[in-house]
Amino acid sequence: MKIPVYLDNNATTPMDPRVLEAMLPYFTEKFGNAASRNHAFGWAAEEGVDYAREQVAQLIGANEKEIIFTSGATEADNLGIKGVFEMYQDKGNHIITTVTEHKAVLDTCKHLEKQGAKVTYLPVKEDGLIDLKELEAAMTPQTILVCIMYGNNEIGVIQPVKDIAAIAHKHGALFMTDATQTVGKIPVNVDADGIDLMAFTGHKMYGPKGVGALYVRRKNPRVKVTAQMDGGGHERGMRSGTLNVAGIVGFGKAAEICRLEMDAEAKRLAALRDKLQSSLLELEESYVNGNIEHRLPHVANISFKYVEGEGLMMAMKDLAVSSGSACTSASLEPSYVLKSLGLSDDLAHSSIRYGLGRFTTEEEVDYAIQVTKKAVNHLRDLSPLWEMFKEGIDLDKVEWVEH
Amino acid sequence: MAYSDKVIDHYTNPRNVGTLDKSKNNVGTGLVGAPECGDVMRLQIEVDSNNVITDAKFKTFGCGSAIASSSLATEWLKGKSIDDAITIDNMDIVEELALPPVKIHCSVLAEDAIKAAINDYRVKNGLAPIESEKSHH
Repeated sequence: MKIPVYLDNNATTPMDPRVLEAMLPYFTEKFGNAASRNHAFGWAAEEGVDYAREQVAQLIGANEKEIIFTSGATEADNLGIKGVFEMYQDKGNHIITTVTEHKAVLDTCKHLEKQGAKVTYLPVKEDGLIDLKELEAAMTPQTILVCIMYGNNEIGVIQPVKDIAAIAHKHGALFMTDATQTVGKIPVNVDADGIDLMAFTGHKMYGPKGVGALYVRRKNPRVKVTAQMDGGGHERGMRSGTLNVAGIVGFGKAAEICRLEMDAEAKRLAALRDKLQSSLLELEESYVNGNIEHRLPHVANISFKYVEGEGLMMAMKDLAVSSGSACTSASLEPSYVLKSLGLSDDLAHSSIRYGLGRFTTEEEVDYAIQVTKKAVNHLRDLSPLWEMFKEGIDLDKVEWVEH
Repeated sequence: MAYSDKVIDHYTNPRNVGTLDKSKNNVGTGLVGAPECGDVMRLQIEVDSNNVITDAKFKTFGCGSAIASSSLATEWLKGKSIDDAITIDNMDIVEELALPPVKIHCSVLAEDAIKAAINDYRVKNGLAPIESEKSHH
Protein backbone atom coordinates (compact mmCIF):
# COMPACT_ATOMS: atom_id res chain seq x y z
CA MET A 1 0.00 0.00 0.00
CA LYS A 2 1.33 3.41 -0.97
CA ILE A 3 1.18 6.27 1.51
CA PRO A 4 -0.51 8.74 1.40
CA VAL A 5 -3.83 7.09 0.59
CA TYR A 6 -6.14 8.94 -1.80
CA LEU A 7 -9.83 8.94 -0.85
CA ASP A 8 -10.80 12.23 -2.46
CA ASN A 9 -12.09 10.90 -5.77
CA ASN A 10 -14.93 13.43 -5.84
CA ALA A 11 -12.35 16.16 -6.23
CA THR A 12 -10.62 14.40 -9.07
CA THR A 13 -9.68 10.89 -10.11
CA PRO A 14 -6.30 9.57 -11.17
CA MET A 15 -6.13 8.90 -14.89
CA ASP A 16 -6.47 5.27 -15.91
CA PRO A 17 -3.21 4.12 -17.55
CA ARG A 18 -5.26 2.80 -20.49
CA VAL A 19 -6.52 6.34 -21.04
CA LEU A 20 -3.02 7.75 -21.08
CA GLU A 21 -1.97 5.12 -23.59
CA ALA A 22 -4.82 6.07 -25.92
CA MET A 23 -3.89 9.75 -25.67
CA LEU A 24 -0.14 9.61 -26.22
CA PRO A 25 -0.06 9.38 -30.05
CA TYR A 26 -2.22 12.52 -30.25
CA PHE A 27 0.48 14.65 -28.66
CA THR A 28 3.17 13.68 -31.16
CA GLU A 29 2.54 11.89 -34.45
CA LYS A 30 -1.21 12.60 -34.63
CA PHE A 31 -0.86 16.22 -33.58
CA GLY A 32 -3.05 17.71 -36.33
CA ASN A 33 -5.85 20.22 -35.95
CA ALA A 34 -9.15 18.37 -36.18
CA ALA A 35 -10.50 21.28 -38.20
CA SER A 36 -7.84 20.93 -40.92
CA ARG A 37 -9.93 19.31 -43.61
CA ASN A 38 -7.36 19.20 -46.38
CA HIS A 39 -4.58 16.93 -45.22
CA ALA A 40 -3.86 13.66 -43.50
CA PHE A 41 -2.76 15.28 -40.24
CA GLY A 42 -6.14 16.92 -39.82
CA TRP A 43 -7.98 13.74 -40.83
CA ALA A 44 -6.12 11.66 -38.25
CA ALA A 45 -7.03 14.13 -35.50
CA GLU A 46 -10.63 14.34 -36.68
CA GLU A 47 -10.89 10.57 -36.70
CA GLY A 48 -9.71 10.46 -33.10
CA VAL A 49 -12.26 13.09 -32.09
CA ASP A 50 -15.09 11.38 -33.96
CA TYR A 51 -14.36 8.07 -32.32
CA ALA A 52 -14.19 9.69 -28.87
CA ARG A 53 -17.47 11.47 -29.51
CA GLU A 54 -19.09 8.09 -30.17
CA GLN A 55 -17.54 6.60 -27.03
CA VAL A 56 -18.81 9.47 -24.89
CA ALA A 57 -22.25 9.41 -26.51
CA GLN A 58 -22.56 5.68 -25.99
CA LEU A 59 -21.90 5.96 -22.26
CA ILE A 60 -24.96 8.18 -21.81
CA GLY A 61 -27.22 6.72 -24.51
CA ALA A 62 -26.92 9.77 -26.75
CA ASN A 63 -26.23 10.41 -30.43
CA GLU A 64 -22.68 11.57 -31.10
CA LYS A 65 -24.00 14.75 -32.71
CA GLU A 66 -25.42 15.72 -29.32
CA ILE A 67 -22.00 15.95 -27.63
CA ILE A 68 -20.41 19.41 -27.44
CA PHE A 69 -16.87 19.19 -26.14
CA THR A 70 -15.83 21.87 -23.65
CA SER A 71 -12.93 22.51 -21.30
CA GLY A 72 -14.78 20.84 -18.44
CA ALA A 73 -18.02 20.70 -16.50
CA THR A 74 -17.84 24.30 -15.32
CA GLU A 75 -17.77 25.53 -18.90
CA ALA A 76 -20.53 23.08 -19.84
CA ASP A 77 -22.68 24.39 -16.97
CA ASN A 78 -22.08 27.96 -18.11
CA LEU A 79 -22.80 27.15 -21.75
CA GLY A 80 -25.95 25.21 -20.97
CA ILE A 81 -27.52 27.69 -18.58
CA LYS A 82 -26.46 30.95 -20.23
CA GLY A 83 -27.01 29.47 -23.68
CA VAL A 84 -30.57 28.40 -22.89
CA PHE A 85 -31.37 31.70 -21.17
CA GLU A 86 -30.26 33.69 -24.21
CA MET A 87 -31.77 31.35 -26.79
CA TYR A 88 -35.19 31.06 -25.14
CA GLN A 89 -35.66 34.55 -23.73
CA ASP A 90 -38.69 35.14 -25.93
CA LYS A 91 -40.39 32.31 -24.09
CA GLY A 92 -39.54 33.33 -20.56
CA ASN A 93 -36.85 34.26 -18.07
CA HIS A 94 -37.43 31.89 -15.16
CA ILE A 95 -34.89 29.25 -14.10
CA ILE A 96 -35.33 26.76 -11.29
CA THR A 97 -32.36 25.21 -9.54
CA THR A 98 -31.47 24.04 -6.03
CA VAL A 99 -29.42 25.42 -3.15
CA THR A 100 -27.08 22.42 -3.16
CA GLU A 101 -25.81 22.84 -6.72
CA HIS A 102 -22.14 23.25 -7.50
CA LYS A 103 -20.92 26.85 -7.64
CA ALA A 104 -20.60 26.52 -11.43
CA VAL A 105 -24.40 26.40 -11.55
CA LEU A 106 -25.20 28.72 -8.64
CA ASP A 107 -22.84 31.49 -9.69
CA THR A 108 -23.97 31.23 -13.32
CA CYS A 109 -27.55 31.66 -12.15
CA LYS A 110 -26.56 34.62 -9.99
CA HIS A 111 -24.85 36.16 -13.00
CA LEU A 112 -28.01 35.77 -15.06
CA GLU A 113 -30.11 37.37 -12.33
CA LYS A 114 -28.19 40.57 -13.08
CA GLN A 115 -29.25 40.17 -16.72
CA GLY A 116 -32.92 39.91 -15.92
CA ALA A 117 -33.35 36.23 -15.10
CA LYS A 118 -35.65 35.18 -12.30
CA VAL A 119 -34.14 32.26 -10.44
CA THR A 120 -35.81 29.99 -7.89
CA TYR A 121 -33.38 28.17 -5.60
CA LEU A 122 -35.28 25.17 -4.27
CA PRO A 123 -34.38 24.07 -0.75
CA VAL A 124 -33.63 20.43 -0.02
CA LYS A 125 -35.00 18.13 2.65
CA GLU A 126 -32.72 17.01 5.46
CA ASP A 127 -31.67 13.99 3.41
CA GLY A 128 -30.49 16.30 0.60
CA LEU A 129 -33.26 15.46 -1.87
CA ILE A 130 -35.63 18.06 -3.27
CA ASP A 131 -39.36 17.94 -2.63
CA LEU A 132 -41.02 17.31 -6.00
CA LYS A 133 -44.14 19.13 -4.83
CA GLU A 134 -42.09 22.26 -4.28
CA LEU A 135 -40.67 21.94 -7.77
CA GLU A 136 -44.16 21.55 -9.22
CA ALA A 137 -45.33 24.59 -7.27
CA ALA A 138 -42.39 26.68 -8.48
CA MET A 139 -43.10 26.07 -12.17
CA THR A 140 -44.58 29.06 -14.03
CA PRO A 141 -45.42 29.74 -17.69
CA GLN A 142 -42.16 31.75 -17.80
CA THR A 143 -40.02 28.81 -16.64
CA ILE A 144 -37.62 27.94 -19.43
CA LEU A 145 -35.14 25.77 -17.57
CA VAL A 146 -35.01 23.42 -14.62
CA CYS A 147 -31.37 22.81 -13.74
CA ILE A 148 -30.89 20.25 -10.98
CA MET A 149 -27.80 18.17 -10.33
CA TYR A 150 -27.81 14.40 -10.69
CA GLY A 151 -25.49 13.23 -7.87
CA ASN A 152 -24.22 15.70 -5.31
CA ASN A 153 -20.49 16.27 -5.05
CA GLU A 154 -20.35 16.61 -1.26
CA ILE A 155 -22.82 14.04 0.02
CA GLY A 156 -23.44 11.91 -3.08
CA VAL A 157 -27.24 11.97 -2.94
CA ILE A 158 -28.97 11.24 -6.25
CA GLN A 159 -31.92 13.45 -7.12
CA PRO A 160 -35.01 11.83 -8.72
CA VAL A 161 -34.07 13.10 -12.18
CA LYS A 162 -36.77 11.19 -14.09
CA ASP A 163 -39.51 12.72 -11.97
CA ILE A 164 -37.88 16.15 -12.18
CA ALA A 165 -37.66 15.88 -15.97
CA ALA A 166 -41.33 14.87 -16.19
CA ILE A 167 -42.41 17.90 -14.17
CA ALA A 168 -40.23 20.25 -16.22
CA HIS A 169 -41.55 18.88 -19.50
CA LYS A 170 -45.17 18.96 -18.36
CA HIS A 171 -44.77 22.71 -17.98
CA GLY A 172 -42.88 23.18 -21.23
CA ALA A 173 -39.48 23.78 -19.68
CA LEU A 174 -36.17 22.15 -20.54
CA PHE A 175 -34.39 19.93 -18.03
CA MET A 176 -30.66 20.29 -17.55
CA THR A 177 -28.56 18.33 -15.08
CA ASP A 178 -25.02 18.69 -13.80
CA ALA A 179 -23.94 15.04 -13.82
CA THR A 180 -20.26 15.64 -13.17
CA GLN A 181 -20.10 13.19 -10.26
CA THR A 182 -22.54 10.72 -11.77
CA VAL A 183 -21.62 9.91 -15.36
CA GLY A 184 -19.36 6.87 -15.40
CA LYS A 185 -20.30 5.93 -11.83
CA ILE A 186 -23.89 4.75 -12.27
CA PRO A 187 -25.94 4.21 -15.45
CA VAL A 188 -27.09 7.50 -16.96
CA ASN A 189 -29.31 7.44 -20.04
CA VAL A 190 -30.41 10.75 -21.45
CA ASP A 191 -33.54 9.30 -23.07
CA ALA A 192 -34.69 7.16 -20.16
CA ASP A 193 -33.92 9.99 -17.71
CA GLY A 194 -35.56 12.70 -19.84
CA ILE A 195 -32.47 14.90 -19.92
CA ASP A 196 -32.30 17.79 -22.41
CA LEU A 197 -28.90 19.15 -21.44
CA MET A 198 -26.19 17.59 -19.28
CA ALA A 199 -22.78 18.75 -18.09
CA PHE A 200 -20.02 16.29 -17.26
CA THR A 201 -16.24 16.02 -17.33
CA GLY A 202 -13.34 13.70 -18.02
CA HIS A 203 -11.29 14.03 -14.85
CA LYS A 204 -13.99 12.69 -12.53
CA MET A 205 -14.12 9.45 -14.50
CA TYR A 206 -10.43 8.53 -14.77
CA GLY A 207 -9.86 10.69 -17.82
CA PRO A 208 -7.74 13.82 -18.22
CA LYS A 209 -8.43 17.27 -16.77
CA GLY A 210 -9.31 20.11 -19.10
CA VAL A 211 -11.95 18.31 -21.13
CA GLY A 212 -15.66 17.92 -20.55
CA ALA A 213 -18.89 17.96 -22.47
CA LEU A 214 -22.32 19.43 -22.68
CA TYR A 215 -24.94 17.04 -23.97
CA VAL A 216 -27.50 18.99 -26.02
CA ARG A 217 -30.62 17.10 -27.16
CA ARG A 218 -31.26 17.18 -30.91
CA LYS A 219 -34.66 15.48 -31.08
CA ASN A 220 -37.89 15.76 -29.10
CA PRO A 221 -37.26 18.56 -28.56
CA ARG A 222 -34.41 20.00 -30.60
CA VAL A 223 -32.52 22.12 -28.09
CA LYS A 224 -30.26 25.00 -29.03
CA VAL A 225 -27.91 27.08 -26.96
CA THR A 226 -26.33 30.39 -27.80
CA ALA A 227 -22.57 30.11 -28.08
CA GLN A 228 -20.65 31.67 -25.19
CA MET A 229 -17.32 31.51 -27.01
CA ASP A 230 -17.13 33.14 -30.43
CA GLY A 231 -14.70 32.11 -33.11
CA GLY A 232 -14.28 29.44 -35.74
CA GLY A 233 -17.68 27.87 -35.24
CA HIS A 234 -16.48 24.52 -33.91
CA GLU A 235 -18.83 22.06 -32.24
CA ARG A 236 -21.79 22.90 -34.49
CA GLY A 237 -21.31 26.56 -33.75
CA MET A 238 -21.97 26.16 -30.05
CA ARG A 239 -18.37 26.18 -28.82
CA SER A 240 -15.59 27.70 -30.85
CA GLY A 241 -11.97 26.92 -30.17
CA THR A 242 -9.48 24.41 -31.54
CA LEU A 243 -10.38 21.01 -30.17
CA ASN A 244 -8.27 19.54 -27.39
CA VAL A 245 -7.74 16.42 -29.46
CA ALA A 246 -5.59 14.41 -27.05
CA GLY A 247 -7.87 15.32 -24.15
CA ILE A 248 -10.97 14.40 -26.10
CA VAL A 249 -9.47 11.06 -27.13
CA GLY A 250 -8.68 10.37 -23.47
CA PHE A 251 -12.17 11.41 -22.39
CA GLY A 252 -13.57 8.98 -24.98
CA LYS A 253 -11.41 6.12 -23.79
CA ALA A 254 -12.33 6.87 -20.18
CA ALA A 255 -16.02 6.81 -21.14
CA GLU A 256 -15.63 3.46 -22.85
CA ILE A 257 -13.88 1.90 -19.85
CA CYS A 258 -16.59 3.24 -17.53
CA ARG A 259 -19.32 1.83 -19.75
CA LEU A 260 -17.74 -1.62 -19.75
CA GLU A 261 -16.65 -1.77 -16.12
CA MET A 262 -19.19 0.39 -14.30
CA ASP A 263 -21.45 -2.35 -13.00
CA ALA A 264 -18.70 -4.39 -11.38
CA GLU A 265 -16.90 -1.28 -10.14
CA ALA A 266 -20.01 0.23 -8.55
CA LYS A 267 -20.71 -3.02 -6.70
CA ARG A 268 -17.16 -3.30 -5.44
CA LEU A 269 -17.02 0.33 -4.32
CA ALA A 270 -20.42 0.20 -2.64
CA ALA A 271 -19.25 -2.79 -0.58
CA LEU A 272 -16.04 -1.00 0.42
CA ARG A 273 -17.91 2.22 1.15
CA ASP A 274 -20.40 0.36 3.33
CA LYS A 275 -17.57 -1.27 5.23
CA LEU A 276 -15.93 2.11 5.78
CA GLN A 277 -19.18 3.70 6.83
CA SER A 278 -20.33 1.01 9.24
CA SER A 279 -16.90 0.85 10.86
CA LEU A 280 -16.76 4.61 11.35
CA LEU A 281 -20.27 4.71 12.75
CA GLU A 282 -18.99 2.52 15.56
CA LEU A 283 -17.50 5.76 16.88
CA GLU A 284 -19.88 7.45 19.29
CA GLU A 285 -21.71 10.53 18.02
CA SER A 286 -20.93 10.01 14.36
CA TYR A 287 -23.53 10.57 11.68
CA VAL A 288 -23.92 10.03 7.94
CA ASN A 289 -24.92 13.15 6.01
CA GLY A 290 -27.48 12.80 3.23
CA ASN A 291 -29.81 10.09 2.03
CA ILE A 292 -28.10 6.69 2.19
CA GLU A 293 -30.50 4.88 -0.13
CA HIS A 294 -30.32 7.26 -3.09
CA ARG A 295 -26.60 7.80 -3.08
CA LEU A 296 -23.61 7.37 -5.36
CA PRO A 297 -21.88 4.07 -4.54
CA HIS A 298 -18.44 5.51 -3.82
CA VAL A 299 -19.23 8.39 -1.46
CA ALA A 300 -19.73 8.68 2.29
CA ASN A 301 -19.95 11.99 4.12
CA ILE A 302 -19.70 11.56 7.88
CA SER A 303 -19.76 14.04 10.76
CA PHE A 304 -17.81 13.27 13.91
CA LYS A 305 -19.37 15.45 16.54
CA TYR A 306 -17.15 17.56 18.85
CA VAL A 307 -14.20 17.29 16.48
CA GLU A 308 -13.34 20.00 13.95
CA GLY A 309 -12.93 18.77 10.38
CA GLU A 310 -9.78 20.60 9.43
CA GLY A 311 -8.05 19.61 12.64
CA LEU A 312 -9.15 16.07 11.94
CA MET A 313 -7.69 16.12 8.45
CA MET A 314 -4.40 17.32 9.89
CA ALA A 315 -4.35 14.32 12.20
CA MET A 316 -4.92 12.13 9.16
CA LYS A 317 -2.15 13.65 7.10
CA ASP A 318 -1.52 10.44 5.18
CA LEU A 319 -5.15 10.14 4.20
CA ALA A 320 -6.37 12.52 1.48
CA VAL A 321 -10.00 13.37 2.16
CA SER A 322 -12.09 16.52 2.18
CA SER A 323 -13.96 18.41 4.89
CA GLY A 324 -17.07 20.55 4.98
CA SER A 325 -15.28 22.71 7.47
CA ALA A 326 -13.96 25.96 6.09
CA CYS A 327 -11.65 27.12 8.80
CA THR A 328 -9.33 28.56 6.17
CA SER A 329 -11.89 30.61 4.29
CA ALA A 330 -12.21 34.24 5.18
CA SER A 331 -15.87 33.84 6.06
CA LEU A 332 -15.28 30.82 8.34
CA GLU A 333 -18.56 29.50 6.93
CA PRO A 334 -18.85 25.74 6.73
CA SER A 335 -20.21 23.92 3.68
CA TYR A 336 -23.40 25.46 2.29
CA VAL A 337 -24.48 22.02 1.10
CA LEU A 338 -24.35 20.55 4.60
CA LYS A 339 -26.01 23.64 6.08
CA SER A 340 -28.83 23.36 3.58
CA LEU A 341 -29.59 19.89 4.97
CA GLY A 342 -30.39 21.69 8.20
CA LEU A 343 -27.16 20.56 9.82
CA SER A 344 -26.03 22.86 12.60
CA ASP A 345 -22.79 24.70 11.93
CA ASP A 346 -20.86 22.63 14.44
CA LEU A 347 -21.85 19.36 12.74
CA ALA A 348 -21.00 20.84 9.35
CA HIS A 349 -17.58 21.81 10.72
CA SER A 350 -17.14 18.22 11.87
CA SER A 351 -17.70 16.51 8.53
CA ILE A 352 -15.37 14.45 6.38
CA ARG A 353 -16.09 13.36 2.82
CA TYR A 354 -14.66 10.03 1.77
CA GLY A 355 -14.61 9.48 -2.00
CA LEU A 356 -13.55 6.02 -3.13
CA GLY A 357 -12.45 5.23 -6.65
CA ARG A 358 -11.41 2.63 -9.20
CA PHE A 359 -7.98 2.20 -7.67
CA THR A 360 -9.07 2.11 -4.01
CA THR A 361 -8.18 -1.18 -2.35
CA GLU A 362 -9.67 -2.86 0.68
CA GLU A 363 -6.34 -2.42 2.43
CA GLU A 364 -6.61 1.33 1.91
CA VAL A 365 -10.14 1.37 3.29
CA ASP A 366 -8.96 -0.55 6.36
CA TYR A 367 -6.18 2.00 6.74
CA ALA A 368 -8.69 4.85 6.48
CA ILE A 369 -10.86 3.28 9.17
CA GLN A 370 -7.95 2.82 11.53
CA VAL A 371 -6.51 6.30 10.94
CA THR A 372 -9.87 8.03 11.28
CA LYS A 373 -10.77 6.26 14.50
CA LYS A 374 -7.41 7.06 16.04
CA ALA A 375 -7.60 10.71 14.97
CA VAL A 376 -11.18 11.21 16.19
CA ASN A 377 -10.34 9.71 19.57
CA HIS A 378 -7.16 11.79 19.84
CA LEU A 379 -8.97 15.03 19.03
CA ARG A 380 -11.84 14.22 21.33
CA ASP A 381 -9.31 13.87 24.15
CA LEU A 382 -8.31 17.45 23.30
CA SER A 383 -11.86 18.71 22.81
CA PRO A 384 -13.52 20.77 25.56
CA LEU A 385 -16.84 20.11 23.82
CA TRP A 386 -16.40 16.36 24.10
CA GLU A 387 -15.60 16.72 27.81
CA MET A 388 -18.69 18.88 28.33
CA PHE A 389 -20.82 16.42 26.37
CA LYS A 390 -19.52 13.58 28.52
CA GLU A 391 -20.37 15.59 31.65
CA GLY A 392 -23.92 15.89 30.37
CA ILE A 393 -23.77 19.62 29.66
CA ASP A 394 -26.22 20.77 26.99
CA LEU A 395 -23.97 22.68 24.58
CA ASP A 396 -26.94 24.50 23.08
CA LYS A 397 -27.51 26.18 26.44
CA VAL A 398 -23.94 27.40 26.88
CA GLU A 399 -23.44 31.10 26.25
CA TRP A 400 -20.57 31.12 23.79
CA VAL A 401 -18.23 34.06 23.43
CA GLU A 402 -18.10 34.33 19.66
CA HIS A 403 -15.08 35.93 18.15
CA MET B 1 -1.77 25.11 2.78
CA ALA B 2 1.30 23.80 4.55
CA TYR B 3 1.62 24.11 8.30
CA SER B 4 4.84 25.29 9.90
CA ASP B 5 6.97 22.74 11.75
CA LYS B 6 6.12 24.40 15.05
CA VAL B 7 2.39 24.10 14.43
CA ILE B 8 2.83 20.44 13.52
CA ASP B 9 4.95 19.86 16.62
CA HIS B 10 2.38 21.40 18.99
CA TYR B 11 -0.46 19.71 17.18
CA THR B 12 1.16 16.28 17.23
CA ASN B 13 2.51 16.57 20.79
CA PRO B 14 0.24 19.08 22.46
CA ARG B 15 1.61 20.35 25.79
CA ASN B 16 -0.50 20.58 28.91
CA VAL B 17 -3.72 19.02 27.70
CA GLY B 18 -6.15 18.60 30.53
CA THR B 19 -8.51 19.99 33.07
CA LEU B 20 -7.99 21.85 36.34
CA ASP B 21 -10.65 22.01 39.03
CA LYS B 22 -12.55 25.11 38.04
CA SER B 23 -14.30 25.32 41.39
CA LYS B 24 -11.01 26.04 43.16
CA ASN B 25 -10.40 29.66 44.07
CA ASN B 26 -6.86 29.73 42.71
CA VAL B 27 -7.92 28.37 39.29
CA GLY B 28 -8.98 30.71 36.52
CA THR B 29 -10.87 29.36 33.52
CA GLY B 30 -11.34 30.99 30.12
CA LEU B 31 -13.76 29.44 27.61
CA VAL B 32 -13.87 31.34 24.32
CA GLY B 33 -15.08 30.77 20.79
CA ALA B 34 -18.21 28.94 19.67
CA PRO B 35 -18.91 25.54 18.12
CA GLU B 36 -20.65 27.22 15.15
CA CYS B 37 -17.44 29.06 14.35
CA GLY B 38 -15.44 25.87 14.41
CA ASP B 39 -13.23 26.97 17.32
CA VAL B 40 -13.65 26.61 21.06
CA MET B 41 -10.74 27.03 23.46
CA ARG B 42 -10.70 26.36 27.14
CA LEU B 43 -7.62 27.57 28.94
CA GLN B 44 -7.07 27.20 32.68
CA ILE B 45 -4.43 28.57 35.02
CA GLU B 46 -3.52 27.72 38.58
CA VAL B 47 -2.06 30.66 40.49
CA ASP B 48 -0.05 30.69 43.73
CA SER B 49 -0.19 33.25 46.54
CA ASN B 50 2.43 35.44 44.76
CA ASN B 51 0.15 35.71 41.71
CA VAL B 52 2.48 33.44 39.72
CA ILE B 53 0.98 30.88 37.36
CA THR B 54 2.15 27.46 38.52
CA ASP B 55 0.15 25.32 36.11
CA ALA B 56 -1.79 25.77 32.88
CA LYS B 57 -4.01 23.37 30.96
CA PHE B 58 -6.02 23.56 27.79
CA LYS B 59 -8.52 21.75 25.65
CA THR B 60 -9.37 23.01 22.18
CA PHE B 61 -11.93 22.15 19.52
CA GLY B 62 -10.58 23.54 16.27
CA CYS B 63 -8.10 23.33 13.48
CA GLY B 64 -4.43 22.51 13.90
CA SER B 65 -3.45 26.15 14.30
CA ALA B 66 -6.00 26.66 17.05
CA ILE B 67 -4.73 23.63 18.92
CA ALA B 68 -1.12 24.73 18.46
CA SER B 69 -1.90 28.31 19.59
CA SER B 70 -3.47 27.13 22.82
CA SER B 71 -0.74 24.56 23.46
CA LEU B 72 1.90 27.27 23.03
CA ALA B 73 -0.06 29.62 25.29
CA THR B 74 0.01 27.13 28.15
CA GLU B 75 3.78 26.78 27.76
CA TRP B 76 4.24 30.52 27.92
CA LEU B 77 1.91 30.99 30.86
CA LYS B 78 3.64 28.66 33.28
CA GLY B 79 5.96 30.56 35.60
CA LYS B 80 4.68 33.97 34.57
CA SER B 81 2.98 36.36 36.97
CA ILE B 82 -0.59 37.15 36.00
CA ASP B 83 0.47 40.73 35.33
CA ASP B 84 3.07 39.57 32.82
CA ALA B 85 0.75 36.97 31.36
CA ILE B 86 -1.91 39.52 30.51
CA THR B 87 0.53 41.28 28.20
CA ILE B 88 0.89 38.26 25.87
CA ASP B 89 -0.13 39.52 22.45
CA ASN B 90 -1.68 37.45 19.72
CA MET B 91 0.99 38.64 17.29
CA ASP B 92 3.64 36.97 19.49
CA ILE B 93 1.84 33.69 18.86
CA VAL B 94 1.53 34.42 15.13
CA GLU B 95 5.25 35.03 14.96
CA GLU B 96 6.29 32.01 17.02
CA LEU B 97 4.08 29.60 15.06
CA ALA B 98 4.48 31.34 11.67
CA LEU B 99 0.71 31.41 11.23
CA PRO B 100 -0.54 32.50 7.80
CA PRO B 101 -3.04 35.41 7.61
CA VAL B 102 -6.10 33.10 7.42
CA LYS B 103 -5.09 31.59 10.76
CA ILE B 104 -4.54 34.80 12.70
CA HIS B 105 -7.97 34.41 14.29
CA CYS B 106 -6.61 31.30 16.06
CA SER B 107 -4.01 33.43 17.83
CA VAL B 108 -6.62 36.05 18.67
CA LEU B 109 -8.71 33.35 20.26
CA ALA B 110 -5.73 32.18 22.31
CA GLU B 111 -5.09 35.72 23.55
CA ASP B 112 -8.77 36.05 24.42
CA ALA B 113 -8.60 32.74 26.30
CA ILE B 114 -5.56 33.89 28.32
CA LYS B 115 -7.30 37.15 29.26
CA ALA B 116 -10.54 35.35 30.11
CA ALA B 117 -8.71 32.88 32.37
CA ILE B 118 -6.80 35.64 34.16
CA ASN B 119 -9.93 37.71 34.63
CA ASP B 120 -11.84 34.72 35.94
CA TYR B 121 -9.08 34.26 38.52
CA ARG B 122 -9.04 37.99 39.36
CA VAL B 123 -12.79 38.21 39.87
CA LYS B 124 -12.77 35.08 42.02
CA ASN B 125 -10.14 36.70 44.21
CA GLY B 126 -11.76 40.08 44.57
CA LEU B 127 -9.69 41.87 41.93
CA ALA B 128 -11.19 43.99 39.17
CA PRO B 129 -11.13 42.39 35.71
CA ILE B 130 -8.70 43.97 33.26
CA GLU B 131 -10.35 45.50 30.24
CA SER B 132 -8.67 44.69 26.98
CA GLU B 133 -7.39 47.88 25.38
CA LYS B 134 -7.77 46.49 21.90
CA SER B 135 -10.83 44.98 20.37
CA HIS B 136 -10.78 42.16 17.89
CA HIS B 137 -14.48 42.13 17.30
